[in-house]
Amino acid sequence: MSRARADEEEYWHSSKFRAFTFDDEDDELSQLKESKRAVNSLRDIVDDDDDDLERVSWSGEPVGSISWSIKETASGTTGSPEGRDSSLQKGSSSYTAFPKQVSSYSLSSLFKGEYHHIPYGQMTLTDTGVKNYAPELRRPKAEYKDYSSDWSPKDTVRRMQRGKVCSLERFRSLQDKLVLLDEAVAGHDGNVITAVLIFLKRTLRREILFRELEVRQVALCHLIHFLRETGEQKFLLDLLRFLDRTEEVALSQYREHLNIQDVEKRREFLKGCIGLPFSPEDTSHIQDHYTLLERQIIIEANDRHLEMAGQSEIFRKYPRKASILNMPLVTTLFYSCFYHYTEAEGTFSSPTNLKKTFKIPDKQYVLTALAARAKLRAWNDVDALLTTKNWLGYTKKKAPIGFHRVVEILQRNNAPVQVLQEYVRLVEDVETRLNLATKYKCHDVVIETYRDLKDRIQLTAYKCKVERGSAEEEKINCILNNTVRN
Amino acid sequence: KMFTLKPGRLPPADVKNIIFFVRPKLELMDIITDNVLREDRGRSPQRDFHILFVPRRSLLCEQWLKEQGVLGSFIHRKQYSLDLIPFDKDLLSMESESAFKECYLESDQTSLYHATKGLMTLQALYGTIPQIFGKGDCAWHVANMMIRMKREFPGSQNSIFPVFDTLLLLDRNIDLLTPLATQLTYEGLIDEIYGIQNTYVKLPPEKFAPKKQGEGGKDLPTEPKKLQLNSAEELYAEIRDKNFNAVGSVLSKKAKIISAAFEERHHAKTVGEIKQFVSQLPHMQAARSSLANHTSIAELIKDITTSEDFFDNLTVEQEFMSGIDTDKVNNYIEDCIAQKHPLIKILHLICLQSMCNSGLKQKVLDHYKREIVQTYGYEHILTLNNLEKAGLLKPQTSGRNNYPTIRKTLRLWMDDVNEQNPNDIFYVYSGYVPLSVCLAQLLAHPGWRSIEEVLKMLPGPHFEERQQLPTGLQKKRQQGENRVTLVFFLGGVTYAEIAALRFLSQMEDGGTEYVIATTKLINGTTWIKSLMEKLEPAPF
Repeated sequence: MSRARADEEEYWHSSKFRAFTFDDEDDELSQLKESKRAVNSLRDIVDDDDDDLERVSWSGEPVGSISWSIKETASGTTGSPEGRDSSLQKGSSSYTAFPKQVSSYSLSSLFKGEYHHIPYGQMTLTDTGVKNYAPELRRPKAEYKDYSSDWSPKDTVRRMQRGKVCSLERFRSLQDKLVLLDEAVAGHDGNVITAVLIFLKRTLRREILFRELEVRQVALCHLIHFLRETGEQKFLLDLLRFLDRTEEVALSQYREHLNIQDVEKRREFLKGCIGLPFSPEDTSHIQDHYTLLERQIIIEANDRHLEMAGQSEIFRKYPRKASILNMPLVTTLFYSCFYHYTEAEGTFSSPTNLKKTFKIPDKQYVLTALAARAKLRAWNDVDALLTTKNWLGYTKKKAPIGFHRVVEILQRNNAPVQVLQEYVRLVEDVETRLNLATKYKCHDVVIETYRDLKDRIQLTAYKCKVERGSAEEEKINCILNNTVRN
Repeated sequence: KMFTLKPGRLPPADVKNIIFFVRPKLELMDIITDNVLREDRGRSPQRDFHILFVPRRSLLCEQWLKEQGVLGSFIHRKQYSLDLIPFDKDLLSMESESAFKECYLESDQTSLYHATKGLMTLQALYGTIPQIFGKGDCAWHVANMMIRMKREFPGSQNSIFPVFDTLLLLDRNIDLLTPLATQLTYEGLIDEIYGIQNTYVKLPPEKFAPKKQGEGGKDLPTEPKKLQLNSAEELYAEIRDKNFNAVGSVLSKKAKIISAAFEERHHAKTVGEIKQFVSQLPHMQAARSSLANHTSIAELIKDITTSEDFFDNLTVEQEFMSGIDTDKVNNYIEDCIAQKHPLIKILHLICLQSMCNSGLKQKVLDHYKREIVQTYGYEHILTLNNLEKAGLLKPQTSGRNNYPTIRKTLRLWMDDVNEQNPNDIFYVYSGYVPLSVCLAQLLAHPGWRSIEEVLKMLPGPHFEERQQLPTGLQKKRQQGENRVTLVFFLGGVTYAEIAALRFLSQMEDGGTEYVIATTKLINGTTWIKSLMEKLEPAPF
């Protein structure tokens, strides 16, 4: 085993496997040195620093030679990625839909896209914002060298992948820009793709950008993600609408409500969401969400008033812990069962009204009401809740959630044994009934169950569990004697 | 000095340079902005700021800083290309928790780019990997990028004798089921219950109170106990991958050995013997404290695994995975919703059921959804939508349930499992074999050709690529020498899957050793959390 340890030591200390500990006590300086060394050595591997190395394109010609750059631009106009990348990227979905009709745009439309600093009606608003987001695209004076050299789209992307500053301004024509975008996409580096997208977003007209992105799903996803992160909601919605992704538009808009703190405004906003093209089942949820908040606002105003006035006994006895606003439906139901149980169906705050409005299933309703009434120790209400009358006028106890659950809830609220055993008795399954009865000391139920099972042994054994001289003991004795006579 | 990043004023330190070492995330940028803005401008000497992004510089972040007006404060903005971080002898992770979400929800493949970079670095250090296998769209992308990068940097063709024979790239989305099941290995359970972060785990301190010291426990530790977990700890290496039910017996055996070793001091008569005993003391002390720690952890876990709730939950999981009643509304799940169990647990189970049924019947799905939004709030529509988009939760479209076929063909389920002395990898989930691991196992023997049909049922292409090696470097296999396979899980891997692969490595007739790499170590909870919509905290 000491050998294994030695191996361990060697493993952790060899420079290749420098372990990272994030503890403060470690000797950070040496670690930093270590990592710097690692960075330097890595650069040799992954970052063979350009310039003196001759670049060779895939066809074998040195990159930068005239013939090469001509080809590069030429292929750019006819959907270059297909030509150059097919050997590698066959079947990669992002390329299959490259548009051939790129060059069919009129020159004028290209020019329009170019002069981004000229305000175009609706574009001005968003565009000023964009400039702030794309500072890197402006060329810092210090990097003059980068600017002068004429990088091909591919090299530009490659340089950007290495975290270098590159000017994108020189990609003027739509074709150039699209080639650049496709190169970026082919590199799979989201950082670069986003950078190019910001550039395109700034310099292209919206309709053109949208149309081009429609056939470039990967780039599209990046832009959507970017817009979401930076909170450019309006632009995002426009884009999604253009793409006819209506459900996403709806959800994305709905998401906005989370940022609205003021309840009145939130309610208004949700109201506006109702008509949006959600999927059918979501539509009903959104509708319910609005209705619920509307209710909560009314209830909240009412109850706050009642509580302040101090007239209502229930609020004095059980002051509210929190406002009901923005609570889930079931919580609201609980609240209403707690504070407004006896109200007529006509009022907004009555439980029955909630049940009807939101089509709350019986199970859910009974469960919630039970919990609320048990918490108030209103055992009569509990009884009424579980009692049903049939048409002949007979009453019967029924629990859609099963009586074992009823017992659980009551027990959690410290119901007295008399109340508890009434429901334990109703548990259908004999095994469960015995278990519950024993657990909660409902002696009568245990005794009766054993009697019905004619289990003398268990019954005798149970005798030691009841108090000596109690009514229960007498009962057991009585039964035991009875059966002897039989 | 190294400090943890937190908002507010930077700690006063008489230094010239302050370097922020961060992941490119916008939340972190806000903290940094706060730090920089609160820096006292009048102090002398002025401190310089630098920022290092790991693993890549991010334009988005820099623009964010610019927006806040602090970008100019940084003298250097660089990146530290740390892609794969070694976690253990056989485990590498990129620790990028959003990788799965980015790839499958947002179609952002940046993390794949980083993964490829990491693989290139690995190849530069350990030689070009001659064979690449893969399954899934992301795997396909990574393989393509690798070949492309290799071509773009002809200089990277190195002359290192290859350590790895095979690279196996696996998409997480071919096996969405496995992370949803509760892991039942020791390490897996620690992760499920307490969450292992960067090989550290924080545990409730009560069980670790130093005994015998002080009267009446006057100062019980209130800070959570922090422990590092890796194979450098001899005992942990032995028990980490065992089924939890087998851990107890190992611990008690160890306890006997150690106390026997301590007893030996009574037999040490000669000076030489005493000296030898003393020389062993440090090692024995370490073993004893390690044993004490793990006994405490095992006790903590036992408390939970023996609870009724854990048992019920596991029963339902196992029922689903063995194909029982996956097509109707489950009572236990309904009960959990009614009792307002944590939403994550509910989502866990529903997704699991959906995976085991190749999607839920529309009626069942709608029922669950309705119950969830009514009980937990309507805003969870957003989270449910994310889960649907990622494929974890879906309506059954084809009307056919593929899962039983896959389960039977690949033999993913076994009813009778020997947890104590397992002879197969069924033990990690007490009955279920992770599909991902099964694919790795079948690849080694007899090869994927035998399971073409099943592979076609799983999403994404499966492929095989070769990277040419110079003739001098081609490996001549010696008798009895094991092949080494690097398995890269794109989108995350669980500890139980790792345990299963380690088990395969150790099998005598296996013939293959596995090294594991991943974008992130996950479990069901962290995974689903990463997919959940971030909801604003309630204002009260």
